[in-house]
Amino acid sequence: MIHSLFLINASGDIFLEKHWKSVVSRSVCDYFFEAQERATEPENVPPVIPTPHHYLISVLRHRIYFVAVIQSEVPPLFVIEFLHRVVDTFQDYFGVCTEAAIKDNVVVVYELLEEMLDNGFPLATESNILKELIKPPTILRTMVNTITGSTNVGEQLPTGQLSVVPWRRTGVKYTNNEAYFDVVEEIDAIIDKSGSTITAEIQGVIDACVKLTGMPDLTLSFMNPRLLDDVSFHPCVRFKRWEAERILSFIPPDGNFRLLSYHVSSQNLVAIPVYVKHNITFREGSSQGRFDLTLGPKQTMGKAVESVLVSSQLPRGVLNANLNPSQGAYTFDPVTKLLTWDVGKINPQKLPNLKGTMNLQAGASKPDENPTINIQFKIQQMAISGLKVNRLDMYGEKYKPFKGIKYMTKAGKFQVRT
Amino acid sequence: MQEWANQLCESRQFGSKMTDSKYFTTTKKGEIFELKAELNSDKKEKKKEAVKKVIASMTVGKDVSALFPDVVNCMQTDNLELKKLVYLYLMNYAKSQPDMAIMAVNTFVKDCEDPNPLIRALAVRTMGCIRVDKITEYLCEPLRKCLKDEDPYVRKTAAVCVAKLHDINAQLVEDQGFLDTLKDLISDSNPMVVANAVAALSEIAESHPNSNLMDLNPQTINKLLTALNECTEWGQIFILDCLANYTPRDDRESQSICERVTPRLSHANSAVVLSAVKVLMKFMEMLPKDLDYYGTLLKKLAPPLVTLLSAEPELQYVALRNINLIVQRRPEILKHEMKVFFVKYNDPIYVKLEKLDIMIRLASQANIAQVLAELKEYATEVDVDFVRKAVRAIGRCAIKVEQSAERCVSTLLDLIQTKVNYVVQEAIVVIKDIFRKYPNKYESVIATLCENLDSLDEPEARAAMIWIVGEYAERIDNADELLESFLEGFHDESTQVQLQLLTAIVKLFLKKPTETQELVQQVLSLATQDSDNPDLRDRGYIYWRLLSTDPVAAKEVVLAEKPLISEETDLIEPTLLEELICHIGTLASVYHKPPSAFVEGSRGVQHKRLPGSTGLGESLESPDTGSAAGGSDAPPAVIPSQGDLLGDLLNLDLTPPATTGPPPPPTSGMQLGAMDLLGGGLDSLLGGDLGGSSAMGAGFGAAPAASPASFSAPVSGGLDDLFDLGGGVGMPMGAYNPPKTVWLPAMKGKGLEISGTFARRAGIIQMEMTLINKAMSVMTDFAIQFNRNSFGIAPAGPLQVLTPLSPNQTIEVALPLNTVGPVMKMDPLNNLQVAVKNNIDVFYFSCQYPISVLFVEDGKMERQVFLATWKDIPNDNESQFQIKDCHLNSDAASSKLQGSNIFTIAKRTVDGQDMLYQSMKLTNSIWVLAELRVQAGNPTYTISLKCRAPEVSQCVFQTYEAVLKN
Repeated sequence: MIHSLFLINASGDIFLEKHWKSVVSRSVCDYFFEAQERATEPENVPPVIPTPHHYLISVLRHRIYFVAVIQSEVPPLFVIEFLHRVVDTFQDYFGVCTEAAIKDNVVVVYELLEEMLDNGFPLATESNILKELIKPPTILRTMVNTITGSTNVGEQLPTGQLSVVPWRRTGVKYTNNEAYFDVVEEIDAIIDKSGSTITAEIQGVIDACVKLTGMPDLTLSFMNPRLLDDVSFHPCVRFKRWEAERILSFIPPDGNFRLLSYHVSSQNLVAIPVYVKHNITFREGSSQGRFDLTLGPKQTMGKAVESVLVSSQLPRGVLNANLNPSQGAYTFDPVTKLLTWDVGKINPQKLPNLKGTMNLQAGASKPDENPTINIQFKIQQMAISGLKVNRLDMYGEKYKPFKGIKYMTKAGKFQVRT
Repeated sequence: MQEWANQLCESRQFGSKMTDSKYFTTTKKGEIFELKAELNSDKKEKKKEAVKKVIASMTVGKDVSALFPDVVNCMQTDNLELKKLVYLYLMNYAKSQPDMAIMAVNTFVKDCEDPNPLIRALAVRTMGCIRVDKITEYLCEPLRKCLKDEDPYVRKTAAVCVAKLHDINAQLVEDQGFLDTLKDLISDSNPMVVANAVAALSEIAESHPNSNLMDLNPQTINKLLTALNECTEWGQIFILDCLANYTPRDDRESQSICERVTPRLSHANSAVVLSAVKVLMKFMEMLPKDLDYYGTLLKKLAPPLVTLLSAEPELQYVALRNINLIVQRRPEILKHEMKVFFVKYNDPIYVKLEKLDIMIRLASQANIAQVLAELKEYATEVDVDFVRKAVRAIGRCAIKVEQSAERCVSTLLDLIQTKVNYVVQEAIVVIKDIFRKYPNKYESVIATLCENLDSLDEPEARAAMIWIVGEYAERIDNADELLESFLEGFHDESTQVQLQLLTAIVKLFLKKPTETQELVQQVLSLATQDSDNPDLRDRGYIYWRLLSTDPVAAKEVVLAEKPLISEETDLIEPTLLEELICHIGTLASVYHKPPSAFVEGSRGVQHKRLPGSTGLGESLESPDTGSAAGGSDAPPAVIPSQGDLLGDLLNLDLTPPATTGPPPPPTSGMQLGAMDLLGGGLDSLLGGDLGGSSAMGAGFGAAPAASPASFSAPVSGGLDDLFDLGGGVGMPMGAYNPPKTVWLPAMKGKGLEISGTFARRAGIIQMEMTLINKAMSVMTDFAIQFNRNSFGIAPAGPLQVLTPLSPNQTIEVALPLNTVGPVMKMDPLNNLQVAVKNNIDVFYFSCQYPISVLFVEDGKMERQVFLATWKDIPNDNESQFQIKDCHLNSDAASSKLQGSNIFTIAKRTVDGQDMLYQSMKLTNSIWVLAELRVQAGNPTYTISLKCRAPEVSQCVFQTYEAVLKN
């Protein structure tokens, strides 16, 4: 199982280590550093690195490498999933997962890691349970603790550990009972030169924030459940009921959690909400290139496309760019050759446009690579797949909760080739 | 580190007072001293703060072990947080302070009785982490109690503790019977306890591969499946991985397990999903294909696999490596999902390369247009490695999908027009493969290729280009000029290019003999005289002799029709693939190597096999077929670790053999060694009207004289006769030859299995081998070499595998041996280390030959000499052995032994006991004298051996035993 964990920052310093079995020398990380040196970009470090006696499995999150050391045959996905859970827990506890935050809370971090893994076996990874065992640091609590001498470690056995619903603690009480659900869809797409879709798929999630007293039993039904043929559920969802009736039935965890994630594959027709007209050309023998880009809405069901951000990695030969945006502002980084254009909202009456020239190094030949355009955007009040919640009912408790459902569509990896 | 921490402290001294970073705030001097004082303070709060400071120092790697007694003193407290912190400290430092750690034992034992289950669990958990023998002794009793604790939280913690203890002291765990208790916990009422028990047992089982710890039967399986639904995600992974080791009795059980596992495919945790996929992929093998459920299951597998690809890149990578295996085993699952493997430009490189590989595997006539368009797009990307692989992928598409070949070639030509150096080179390499696959179809592009000749600087591309020029020499007007231009820098080229150039020029010569004699002469002399690479030299000589003796044969050999290259490249061997499918989700699946190849320690990992389909309702005879199948996999013979000797074995060239290499020409029939053998051969080839032919003949004749010795030696001595015997015709005298044993199992030989034995036939030692190709591709270019050995055994000729060995083909080879090779004493004496090379790799194995093959025919000693010698050899050199259960009489034994060149010189009968005096002579003229005593009616023979080199006695005795008993 998982032997040790090293946290390594962007400059290659090991700033935290934790061993669950015998101590593994830091020098094992040298193999990781070697791989890091070979990789051109920080994210290109291979996730599984063999060394003579150990295996290093790493993830890169928030510019920190979480490097797990294992010694025997352990499923790598198990390790990677666990590392993600560590990152999520840190973020949950400290608000951000940065080197500074971890160092500031080093004792809590150590306590958490000790609680999450025993002899390399996962022990408690549910945030609800952890929070009962180790209270997250807040300024207020730290002050109270210093004054009263009480601690931030729970004295009681966390109730959830052993119940049939390990994700929910007992005795939850709220004065305002509310349940909010966010349907968030990210659209991944590759659009080719001519504007036709090569591949498009939707990654959707339903995130919930449930603050309900007692042991509520919820059911959530959809207008068009047929869309959901590839789903992953939170353990609370009763799978049998879903199989039989296509209804989500569950006792929710307390607080924020991800109820469901789903995937609408490229085989279904996926609506593309924006289009791009582009003309990026270089002429042989000339040291200038033309750049002309126009964005427009498409299949948005009348909803506004907001927070649009266009970025593109221009060819290496480009020295600088003189462009003129019809709205928003653009930047061009001459070192990384990254062009970013913060467009804002797309006005269908007056389409945003960015136009101008790019200058090449004198005498440089025409670049052979074609830049790819990356687009980010948000559309409120719409799920691009067309998914709609029909109704939400609560059983098992008497009070009437506030209910709310929000939809949003975002661009995931939305790429336009030129 | 110290400095770094201090800096950190200084920079944080102001401002963040409310955070833990204040624990780093200590003055530079007397840090330890100050902490010590604080730890011994009366105030609880101060104590706790001090322990926190200690822990903080510990986490950044500072040595605070000096504070051990002071920290341990803080352990007796009701404050849970303080207790936990002290425990943390203890785990870290107990190893370095074992005596001190004993002080903590009492508190642990007391805590194990605490009314609060959290404290009980914490105590037993911590004790298990203290890796000190003295402490573990005290752990047993509390652990036993905790394993039966009323609270499941304590039980599940205790289950893991057994695994910890086993890691420290395996014997203790077994003696105390903890393993049985652990097995009982599989039937626990609480699913988390079950999951942890399974996890602990699996970990223990990994270090004891043969112990029957996980006794899986339908009852336990049922319990596991029930627990599967209710335990945490991590527990589900343990249980699923354990289920995967089970072999269901029949297809019905298999189906019912599959049905209960399928819901796990919808789990949010990708590790759960992949473990479920493993179980399903394995158990699916047992389902009949016409079953409706089989089709349903296939459909259900695709979506979760696709979903894994939308996760973080690290997860994607592991998923892709596994999908690569899955599409090889069952391409139907993902055949419609090509698009999800399209590469996004900001994918990490390791994801891009994997996606590309899978795209090729899924490429078919239906989707090839899309795939090609994508590949062309990738070929203009920035990342050089990726672009190269994309260009290669286009070539693989052309070879795989015949209908697309034309489009692929035109795409490649477009890419060559870009003139980007590395793109052009890759394109040429793959076009060569396309020519191999579709001969005489796309030669129109050769002109375009030739234009780019100058830009090629990589050996592989140069070799490919030279091959093309040689192969199509008759269509390229200036082929001779092109090849000549390469010849100028012959010595600076890599071996690959040199070999290719040699072959290409010989081809050219055979096609256009009139214009190119000078060129061919030049390259032959460069290859044979100026090169120190044996491969190149040998190939040069072979061509030379072929050309000079029998130009017609040369034409047949060099310009022979080449076998088409196989369609699918880079496929994993079926046996390995089956094993890897059983290991989906593990490191093995990421590396595409069997676990035995890399898992730490030679603990003899069991090979896993997919279960076979048993048909409807038909149940297997034995419930543990799976393990039986695994067991039959004989442990591969490994060469003893005489690492430095291996180097000697390897004069074989390790560079990948060029694809165009002609099969080794039959040299055996040639008469060698004389100048005149190079006679008129060329004239007949060139026709009579060639003025310079005699001069050339002379020129040809001069060279081989330089190094004929190495060549003529091995071929001497009636090779032709040998081949008649090669099929295994028994000697009339009935010499005993041991049966063939497997020397190189297919697992080790990348599909090549070699079994063999040694024999002495008509005075010639032979190594008789059966070569079986269990791989997917054709094997060619066989060669063999021996390491130095005790009797200087060496091959007397090349390994005669004349035709390529196609998949599933078996071939019998007899390799004549001589004993003039270099000598080195081996242990055991008759050990022989062998290297066999083919077009795939070089393989090593070792085998033992019966020493009787070395007994020469004139090993009969004169009586007088025998007597004298027997007396002459000191008694110290005499060794005595017993041969049991031998029911021959002395005469039968005598004649049997004679068949193996053990000669009876005299026989005496004393008191009903026959004494046979025998002699034998080894190839290196060592005499062995023997006295064999046979008592009528007593099946036990006694044999005394006397020899001046007593080391051989043991081997000789083994021979006696083998001969007499067979």
